[in-house]
Parts: sequence; structure tokens; C-alpha cells
Amino acid sequence: MSTQHLHGASLAPSAVDTAPGKEPSAAPGPTGRAGAGGRRTGRRRPGNAPRRWEIYLPLGLYLLFTLVPFYWMLVFALRPNGSTSLLPWPITFEHFETVWYDLGYSTFFWNSVWVGVASLFTTTVIALAGGYALARYPFRGRNIFLLALLCTQFIPGAMMLIPLFEIFRTLGLINSLWSLVVAETVFQLPLSLILISGFVRNIPMELEEAAWVDGCSRFQAFRAIVLPMLTPGLIAVGSFAFIGAWNNFLFALMFVNEQESYTIPVGLSYTLGEYSVDFGALAAGGVVAALPVVAIFAVIQRYLVRGMSAGAVKG
Amino acid sequence: MAIADAKLRRRPQLRPRRGRSTPYLLIAPSVLLMIGFLVYPILSVLWYSLQTYNVTQPWDNGFAGLENFRTLLFEDPVFWQSLGFSVRWVLVEVSLQLVFGLALALIVNETFIGRGLARALVFSPWAVSGVLTTGIWVLLYNPTTGIFRYLADIGIGSYDTAVLADTGSVFWAVVVAELWRGVPFFAILILADLQSASPELYEAASVDGAGRIRRFWHITLPHLRDAIILSTLLRAVWEFNNVDLLYTLTGGGPAGVTTTLPLYVAQKATQSHEFGYGSALTTVGFVILLFFSILYLRLSRFGGNR
Repeated sequence: MSTQHLHGASLAPSAVDTAPGKEPSAAPGPTGRAGAGGRRTGRRRPGNAPRRWEIYLPLGLYLLFTLVPFYWMLVFALRPNGSTSLLPWPITFEHFETVWYDLGYSTFFWNSVWVGVASLFTTTVIALAGGYALARYPFRGRNIFLLALLCTQFIPGAMMLIPLFEIFRTLGLINSLWSLVVAETVFQLPLSLILISGFVRNIPMELEEAAWVDGCSRFQAFRAIVLPMLTPGLIAVGSFAFIGAWNNFLFALMFVNEQESYTIPVGLSYTLGEYSVDFGALAAGGVVAALPVVAIFAVIQRYLVRGMSAGAVKG
Repeated sequence: MAIADAKLRRRPQLRPRRGRSTPYLLIAPSVLLMIGFLVYPILSVLWYSLQTYNVTQPWDNGFAGLENFRTLLFEDPVFWQSLGFSVRWVLVEVSLQLVFGLALALIVNETFIGRGLARALVFSPWAVSGVLTTGIWVLLYNPTTGIFRYLADIGIGSYDTAVLADTGSVFWAVVVAELWRGVPFFAILILADLQSASPELYEAASVDGAGRIRRFWHITLPHLRDAIILSTLLRAVWEFNNVDLLYTLTGGGPAGVTTTLPLYVAQKATQSHEFGYGSALTTVGFVILLFFSILYLRLSRFGGNR
């Protein structure tokens, strides 16, 4: 609304002519970046664009802040114990061998993978069904449900430890990785539902309706039209679910007490408890914990910004 | 729209008949899960908070009325200390994240060589967990292996800087560690909204002779207003609820100066198993967050214009 106000208040006629496409980025582009680049070149003119050092200097400083901690971990993981060199040379993999074989990270790693993948599937499937319903059907109770989804953002996971522990004990799921999958899914669902219903709303209803006219059932139209267009959104939601499950610490600490069921964050926290003994192991454990999520993040970060603007922020 | 009308005229029964039960079936799994594992637990927290309930001392368990609340309000200095730290933590952390996140979003929204790579790099700590963040910053803060020792080597600071062990510096040490992981998310949220800003507005403003600073104040900030309000409140709640980093980085210490309210609850639950008292603390936390929720709903007018 503030945008419209400015439209009226200050614009030269020439600009009003070009104004109707109020949100050019809303048009789905393959990456979302091509559009942004195209627009920006349009408004770039001498004297107005920031000078190069105004971008690179603060960005460089921030990059330093971001990367030095990562680098520190990498150096400790790769250099021999006792070395104080800030270059990891000669490179050794002894710390990785220690954490993987002696400290049990091979077990923790696969437990985490299992919990992450299972949470990914349950969250995505359940949120896909619900998100589609939220976007496409004006059913009774819809607004109350949306409100409830929002309210869940304010529920502290740590404060749910006690009742959830009781529930899982009743269900016999303590020490079972299923307890983590269920808890993770429940806590990921609200944001996933909001995001997916936002993505679905961005797909023109007319496309589906055209398919119905052509004789498709609602489900066939969904499979043929909506699902392919939803793929980037589902990748983003699924990745959130995986990263969330991979990183979850308190639930795993509370619900799983047998070492063969530990996940990576729990294993890492115990390595951390003995950090005064072996920094190399701590760093190598950190690298093992970071690699999958940072790799996934590098792949999805393009979808991330678009996903946020489609779902969460516009909420 | 025209297509929809035509279709409805041809097969008028299709949409209403199918529309009646399908959405409920589709939404049912989400609703059932959330009732079973969110709504029911919240209600049981309220019930536990009125009990003396310690799994390790079952002989003492039973209904206690408001005893837990009386204890925490009048006899528990740790409760008040943790509440005070929670407020300070949220205020400092969120306002710094807002300033840095906004600046970072504005920078990576510009066109420059290497933008894609820069975005991937500066946003990457977002994917990193609290425990891992702890691991990294423990290495970085440690007096013998950390960065201060290397800084001392080149003449900055002193060799025995142990920021996590000092009650004065530990606050800023945890703030910086959390900023490392929190700023990217803030920047992502703001960047998402920045990309929907109309470029025509900026062009027009330039034509009218507005400089970059004026355009920031008169176009960018008003456009971002809603996104900033929403993400600030969301972050405030999330930082209030943030436990894993503090739990593993300081364990609430030294001397309890970094214990937040949720961390205190987690300690009561995992270490001393005082489920009744922990639930009473949780209830107080819910009431505080309820205030945030109402504020959030007021400011965002959520659901009103769908």
C-alpha cells in the first residue's frame, strides 16, 4: 500500500506508463535471477549505482566474518595435533578416522541420514496435501487453521520437551529414531504448509481448469500440471525439512539415550564435552556434521529467496 | 475465470460435490499430527505445571496447585535472572541482526561480479546447526587454539583471553556466535521482499533527482516495512526460544549468566527431571510469547486480506 502511495505522489508521467507490472519478479522465471539482472541493468545509470568499493568492501568484511570460522574448523580438522600452523599442511586425515571409527560417527551419520530423509518425506507429502487444500479449496475452518499455523511459530521446541517425552514414552518410542521423525515433522509442518500453499497459489488456477475441461480428473490435473510446476518449491521445503532434522539437537538429546541411536548433533555435543582433549576430533566431527547441509544449501540457495517471497514473508 | 464458468455450466455438480470432503481429507494428516503433538502437549504442560512431578522421585508426585508458580515467582532467583538474560539476549541479538541483515541484503541485491557465489557463501551459516556453531566457536574462542592467541602473536590483545569463561565478555561472545548464524536468515527474508520492489519507482525517483540515500529512506524502507516488522518479530520469538547454541556453548554459564528461560526449562527437564516445575516455567514462557503473538498478529493483519 505504501508503494501505491508513492506511485501517486512523486512519479513523472513516463514512469507511470511503465508502472502496471507492479511486481515483475512474481513471474516465474527459471532461476529468478535472470529477471532481477534484467531489471537492474535498466535502472543502472552513471552516478546512481553504488561504486564498486561500496559493494566489495563491506561484502569482503562480512565474508571474512562468515568464512574465518569455517576455515578455522577446516584447519583443525586437517592439520596434525600439536601443529599451530594456520595452513593445514601437511594434511592428515587421522582426525576423520578417529571420529568415524573410534567415536562412532559412522553410526551417528547414518542415523542422521535416516532421520533426515524420513522427515523429508513425511513433511513434504503431508504438507503437499494440506498446502494444496489450503490454496485451492475455500473450506470451513480454513482461516482458523491458517491462524493456528502461524501461532505454532511461537511454540518453543525446548519447552515442549517434557510433554513430548511423556507422549513418546507412552507410545514406546523413546530410543527409537521414529520419535525424532515425528517431532521434527510436526515442527516443520506449519512453515512447510505456508510455503507450499504460497507456491500453489502462484500457479494460475486457469491451467488446472483447462485440464479439467480436457477431461482430466482433479487428481490427474494435479499430477500433470501442478506437481511439475511445484518441483522447485518442493525441493526447497524438502531441504528445509532435511536440514532441520539433521540439525535438531534437543529432541535427539532428550528422546534417544542409547549410543547406537545417537544422531550427529548429539555425538558432536559429546565430542564437545571432551574438547580439551582433542580439538582435531572436534573439528573433524564438525566437518562431518556440516558437509551434507552446507552442500544441500549451496544447491538450494537459489530457490530459497524465491521460496521465502512466495510463502513466508507475504504470509 | 471464463474457463471456470464454462466448465461449471457444463458439469455443475463436479465442483461442489468434490469440494466438500476433499479438503478435509487432504488437511486431516496435518491437523491430526498437530493436535496430537502440539495442542495436546501444550494442554498437558498446563496440567503438569500444577503438579509436583519428578520422574526420579515418584513418591513425591501429586497435585500441587499453584505451588510451582509461587516458588518460581518468589523463591527462585535463577528464574528472574534467566528472564532478564532472555530479554537482553533478544533485544541485542535481534536489533544487531536487523541492522546487519538489512545491510547484507541491500548489498547482495546489487548487481556485481560474483554475486551468486557471494550469496551462497554469506548465507551458508544459516544451514549450520547450533551444536556445530558451538564447535566452531569453541575452537575460535579457546585461549590456546583460538583466534585471540594468533591476534596476540601479531600484537593485538593478550594471550590469556578466555572470552567464554569471563562473566563480562561471555555475553558478547555468544552474541557474535549467534549473529554469525542469524544474520544470513534475516538477510534472506529481507532480500526476498527487496526483489519485489518496483524498479520503476527507483527510476522515477532518480529522474526526479533523488539521491541514493533519499531513495533508501523514501522507497526501500517503506517497501520493506512489513517484511521488517514480520521478520523482526519472528526472529525475536526464535531467539527467545533458541536453546541449542547456548546449551552447548556455555551450558548457561559461567555462573548462570547466559541461562535463558527456555534453557532453564531444558536443564530442569534433562538434568534434574523436575517435570512439574519445568512445566510451570514453560507456562510462564507461553504467556510471554502470547504477548509477542498478539503483537505480531496485530501488526501483520494476518489472514485478513486473503
